[in-house]
Amino acid sequence: MSYDRAITVFSPDGHLFQVEYAMEAVKRGSAVVGIRGANCVVLGVERKAVAQLQDPRTIRKIAKLDDHLTIAFAGFTADARVLIEKARIEAQSYRLTCEDAPSIEYMARFIAKTQQSYTQRGGVRPFGVSSMIAGFDSNQAPQLYLTDPGGTYSAWKANAIGGRNEKAVQEFLEKNWTAGLADTDALRLVVRALLEVVDSGAKNMEIAILRPGAAVSMIPEAELQSIITDIEREQEEAKKATQEAQSS
Amino acid sequence: MDSIFGLVGNGYVLLAADAAAARSILVFKHDEDKIRQLDDKKLMATSGVAADNLNFGEYISKNMKLYELNNDVKMSPTATANYIRGELATALRKGPYQTNILLGAVDDDNNVSLHTLDYMASMAKVSFGAQGYASNFVLSILDREWKPELSQEEGLEIIRKCIHELHTRFLISQPKFVVKVVDHQGTRTIPL
Repeated sequence: MSYDRAITVFSPDGHLFQVEYAMEAVKRGSAVVGIRGANCVVLGVERKAVAQLQDPRTIRKIAKLDDHLTIAFAGFTADARVLIEKARIEAQSYRLTCEDAPSIEYMARFIAKTQQSYTQRGGVRPFGVSSMIAGFDSNQAPQLYLTDPGGTYSAWKANAIGGRNEKAVQEFLEKNWTAGLADTDALRLVVRALLEVVDSGAKNMEIAILRPGAAVSMIPEAELQSIITDIEREQEEAKKATQEAQSS
Repeated sequence: MDSIFGLVGNGYVLLAADAAAARSILVFKHDEDKIRQLDDKKLMATSGVAADNLNFGEYISKNMKLYELNNDVKMSPTATANYIRGELATALRKGPYQTNILLGAVDDDNNVSLHTLDYMASMAKVSFGAQGYASNFVLSILDREWKPELSQEEGLEIIRKCIHELHTRFLISQPKFVVKVVDHQGTRTIPL
């Protein structure tokens, strides 16, 4: 009966508070970092400490939308699940009607459109989810798109969503991202960015690397741990060097 | 006018389909592939009305992919057969698909199966089967020649006999056939 009553309405000074509150919900989610390399896209997610009795394998923050499309999200897991399922159906529907794979931009636009429609309809609330969609375009160039609860989408070279300190990670990326990163360098950059907000240890993060024409590959824990140890050793040595320079 | 038939052997399923796409008295092409790959270990041969074969075939194909993405696992052969049957049954009293199907599959434990489904949504798990006019000629050959645990070469020989029978006794000329096999290694086309 009162499903025509909108939940998201303008405030006198032009804010959509429900959308802004949804963005707050995203910030409370666990961190996601995405980086475009020269020939790869690397996605890293924070794995929050699981309860003792919980099976950690059932918590997946990096999901496959289609063979060539991967998505990572920050925010409400339940909302993300619904959004991902809608996106998967849309991807197959596109393939059925167009006999071709949907582009990353198309999927980002679809997800953004869906998120926007839930801010302009009666009886519903916005999705408390920001997502990062990664893949390659028809020229095998790496692509990374971001969507937010308001329904905006845009392409990025590198970005971070969610987590204790979204701003800090974004600033870190702005300082340290360079064009043309090789696979290993992109991987290290993602790990370094995550280490800004996540406790050290391979079991606290999950990294996926996408390469053109290949399936998504998750970095095994052993390899991840050695990268982390490497980075921390470098940071220790850098700190010692500056301390010695200061004291002398 | 499609001829499709198949048999189960020792660790494999063979499916054969004629390669003619025709309407009335005109043959459009002689290299039509009527055996669709649903995933790396499933083959679906369709016969009947060409438009329905294509539409239904693509619809099933995409929904199988969606299942795989949503559930992180491929549908088992029996689940697939029952899903296809369910879709045929639902459409039957609305807008039926006039498509007959032979589904050959291998599951994760390397068990092979062949299911035959017709356009009215009947389904049976069989050791060998045929759809269309071909069944009139080919079932008797399969009845006589088929036995359990056929080797791939023996199975192929039976397929060749079936094709020969169709070439000899069937009014419609179907010079080319496509033969595919699915086993624990996956699917491939067999040159006859």
